[in-house]
Amino acid sequence: MTDPPPVKRYHGFVRLTHWLTAILLPGLIASGLQIYGAFPQFGPRSDPYPLPNPWAGESFPEWARLGGWLAGGLNWHFALAWPFVITGLVYLGFLAVTGEWRSLLFRPRDLRPALDMQLYYLRLRREHPPQGKHNALQKGAYTAIVVLGALSVATGFAIYKPVQLSWLTALFGGFELARYWHFVTVWIFVGFTVLHVALVLLVDPASLRAMITGWYRGRFPSHD
Amino acid sequence: MTDSLGVSRRDFLRLGLAAGPASLVAACGWDGGPLLEPRLRAFGRINDWVGEKIFLSRSRLAPEYPISDRTAERLFPAYSITYNRRRIYPEPPRGWELEVNGLVRSPQRLTREMLAGLPRVSYTVKHHCVEGWTAIGTWTGVPVSVLAGLARPLPEARYLRFDSFDSGYSNGWDLASAMHPQTILAYAFNDRPLARERGAPLRLYSPVKLGYKLTKYVTTMSFTRERHGGFWEDQGYPWLAGV
Repeated sequence: MTDPPPVKRYHGFVRLTHWLTAILLPGLIASGLQIYGAFPQFGPRSDPYPLPNPWAGESFPEWARLGGWLAGGLNWHFALAWPFVITGLVYLGFLAVTGEWRSLLFRPRDLRPALDMQLYYLRLRREHPPQGKHNALQKGAYTAIVVLGALSVATGFAIYKPVQLSWLTALFGGFELARYWHFVTVWIFVGFTVLHVALVLLVDPASLRAMITGWYRGRFPSHD
Repeated sequence: MTDSLGVSRRDFLRLGLAAGPASLVAACGWDGGPLLEPRLRAFGRINDWVGEKIFLSRSRLAPEYPISDRTAERLFPAYSITYNRRRIYPEPPRGWELEVNGLVRSPQRLTREMLAGLPRVSYTVKHHCVEGWTAIGTWTGVPVSVLAGLARPLPEARYLRFDSFDSGYSNGWDLASAMHPQTILAYAFNDRPLARERGAPLRLYSPVKLGYKLTKYVTTMSFTRERHGGFWEDQGYPWLAGV
């Protein structure tokens, strides 16, 4: 059996912004973990908020940090943050201009198909539900990650300029809580990335090459 | 514009190229090394510019808190360079006076009594430390803008610098932040004269800056043409530090 001919998949803009994010985000997280170590708790010094935080009072191992000391962490974080924001805006601009957002945005009508898809993955449903370019679960994931990116930026600004943007800081419950939400976004990013990479490798490894070259060679799913 | 920021397009490109491998190896608490670390600092000047020209409002006031929200004083950290080195707080020089000088028409020397007689501002605000903690306290003092009004800076004055008797601690400031109505030279904390560890007899205070910009043990406030760095700023901390 021969492979189907390669098809064009992932526009140059998508590939560029995808890989820029893949580079910038680990740098932002590592420098953020460096910054966290200067005050590794949330809330008032004497009386931290009772928020779940397995790393309370801890600093992260050296391999996970970028910057070497607080000032170094801050300089890395602030240098990488703007390219991260711009990359996100370029990606969203691309989706808006090309109308691609239609195949990616999770809408209420995707709820039922998402459930069907989940049942299929859990082997509680025999047939692969019909789908467009992306299935409803993918839409959910790709919508959620954009929302997460926006939240990480918004909470970041809330703790960067808590006086000048006090309305934004107040929206997240004040400086101390905004700092916590900013920290929480890190772990959701990490969780998403682990799942994302695992699914690519297990379900559709050919898409990895397509994300690099722009050409998809193979059949979907790759291992059927 | 490139010149005033000290960053060229080539620097941007280099930084971008380096950011990739740098963050992939995220490795090992790397500050960027001798090659990149200065680039990162140069990039920081863009953030300083954005922070001053775009984010900073000359009239927006930091929120004030009720007195009941004050942080217990023993939990409101205080430090000084002299204390860190020698376990004693710096002693004001005999006959201490505040000097206001540099690029001004009429340089001033002010005693504590003269400062106490000038218009005063008092507020209960949140202190933001670069480390990530906050604390609330009440500060009382003379607005820096009032002192500028007395000294009358010359048109070529573009920055301020504050010097201290704390082992050479100093800070350079942008004029916009310094002239903010809540930027004061404070002589009282929580309704009492400044304690030794808080920077007595006079310290800079402002809720629109991080704590390390708030020079304690102030001796001199001078208007300058050049941008002065500061104790932490020269070691790599962001210069503007506006919140």
